[in-house]
Amino acid sequence: MLNSTIFQEEELQQEQVVYERPGFMKRFWRSGTTKLGVFLLLFLVLFSFVGPLVYRKSAIATHLLYTVQGPSARFPLGTDSLGHNILAQLMVGGQSSLEVGFAAAIVTMIFGTFYGMVSGLAGGWVDSLMMRIVDVILAIPSIFILLFLNVVFQPNIWIMILVLASTSWLGVSRLARGEVLALKNMVYVEAAKALGARVGRVMFRYMLPNFIGTILVAATLSIADSILAMAGLSFLGLGLPPPAPNWGSMLSDSLNYMFQNAWWMIYPPGLCILISQVSINLIGDGLRGAVETRQR
Amino acid sequence: MSEVLLEVKNLKKHFPIRKGFIRRTAGYVRAVDGIDLTVYAGETLGVVGESGCGKSTMGRSLLRLVEPTSGQIHFQGKDIMKLSKSQMRDMRREMQIVFQDPYASLNPRYTIGQTLSEPMEIHHLHNSTARKQRVQSMLERVGLDPSYSSRFPHEFSGGQRQRIGIARALVLNPKLMILDEPVAALDVSVQSQVINLLEDLQQDFNLTYIFVAHDLSVVKHISNRILVMYLGRMMELASSNDLFADPLHPYTRALLSAVPIPNPRVKRERIILQGDLPSPANPPKGCVFHTRCPLAQDVCREKVPEWREAKHNHMVACHLV
Repeated sequence: MLNSTIFQEEELQQEQVVYERPGFMKRFWRSGTTKLGVFLLLFLVLFSFVGPLVYRKSAIATHLLYTVQGPSARFPLGTDSLGHNILAQLMVGGQSSLEVGFAAAIVTMIFGTFYGMVSGLAGGWVDSLMMRIVDVILAIPSIFILLFLNVVFQPNIWIMILVLASTSWLGVSRLARGEVLALKNMVYVEAAKALGARVGRVMFRYMLPNFIGTILVAATLSIADSILAMAGLSFLGLGLPPPAPNWGSMLSDSLNYMFQNAWWMIYPPGLCILISQVSINLIGDGLRGAVETRQR
Repeated sequence: MSEVLLEVKNLKKHFPIRKGFIRRTAGYVRAVDGIDLTVYAGETLGVVGESGCGKSTMGRSLLRLVEPTSGQIHFQGKDIMKLSKSQMRDMRREMQIVFQDPYASLNPRYTIGQTLSEPMEIHHLHNSTARKQRVQSMLERVGLDPSYSSRFPHEFSGGQRQRIGIARALVLNPKLMILDEPVAALDVSVQSQVINLLEDLQQDFNLTYIFVAHDLSVVKHISNRILVMYLGRMMELASSNDLFADPLHPYTRALLSAVPIPNPRVKRERIILQGDLPSPANPPKGCVFHTRCPLAQDVCREKVPEWREAKHNHMVACHLV
């Protein structure tokens, strides 16, 4: 007995040397491109939400005497065909893009995760049925679904969020189902059952925390997709109804003036879309890097 | 040996083999095929057999972690096969399991403290201060520092994790513990510590063990009685000493002859079994062991040997004994 306690203590002391894995934020922040992404997104957020507080000009007022004007002291980024102040429009358009993008990603994440987990846990024919539904929806081009839904429902901002989420939850649900199928066979999940844990506890305490990182990456990337899809819908004239400005509708408006060298109408909204895409994708990549260096 | 704690009658677990697009059942893997057992309170029953003989599946079916296909399991006189889900949940306080792989059996997102108070939370036992105290005392009891409760599993070695796994099973004060190869994944020096710990705990908490293993010397050391399994069936059951001194079944003899003896001068005849373990999806007719048995005769190929008491308290299933 004495011997065994000595051994034990030796074993314990050896364990004091423990590999300290850098924290999540540290791993996330390590890469330069991630930082760039965060700064770009921060810039967009400040531009859209703080900008209008500083630059107090109406985005929907029309200045009919000053249509299609280049940048000037009065209109720093010029005006469009109806005499809207383009700088003010960019800011307000950014607000709805970011709001809708983030909200759609949250809906996507919650619904997709829940659907996928239920499917994976249920197994059998329930699983097959639920996944076949996903397959069927995925087989339809998403732009078609988006257009259809936007024609049927008069889009306001809330409906827009749901419409965009309606196609993006599919990928997340597949992801969640796959993770659940893998975790279902983990010994610690079986151990939880042996202790008498209910399904809900197993789902939210044993499974979800072990794959939430993967879901988070997918959801982050879906923000960019939603913003792009919303811009696309607006470009086709089926976004939020006017006079609400949107980067997509601003672009389609400027198409008519492409050959009149109206660069101030084309580049600013295009750049905004580009920055939103690049920033969110860089952040998503950084998250993936931080999440996927698995412990163990 | 005192009162009966667990009585198993004709326990079977057949896993369906599904084939084709409509997933029709093309046959069954007979992982456990008719186990009759009586386990007495306070004893340690060792279960041995080669890989794939159904020992782990048997352990899990006893707790209904895999739902048995048929059979009865009487625990303290109650047939737990007849219990509803919620009744079974309550029953789990009485019967716990320690898993083989200490690296996979702990939730990586839980601190050790959370892992150990989880059973009490599930069964709504104690308030949070009492839980904390119990966690600390359990950690101490299994030979770990109570301050470890705020750490995560990846900070521990295999032996330490297995101690945590044992503590988790013990928190609820169970009567029956199923030890599913609890030391197979540990290195030898740590194995003996964990075995000693298990023996101490058995004394202190008055536990009954079903010790599943493939390491015969470990099983001999810890068990009162040993059950030898082959292809999901029982081959021989006897007290530990009796089995090692006088193995009756040819399979048991072959197993025992494979145990290394730490003395190079002792020469011993090895019985090397020919062939592979037959598939449990298509077990041989008659005695399941006849395909590899050095003594097999015609009767073995046709008739299933009955389970009988060959000597006092020494059960065996073989025509030739």
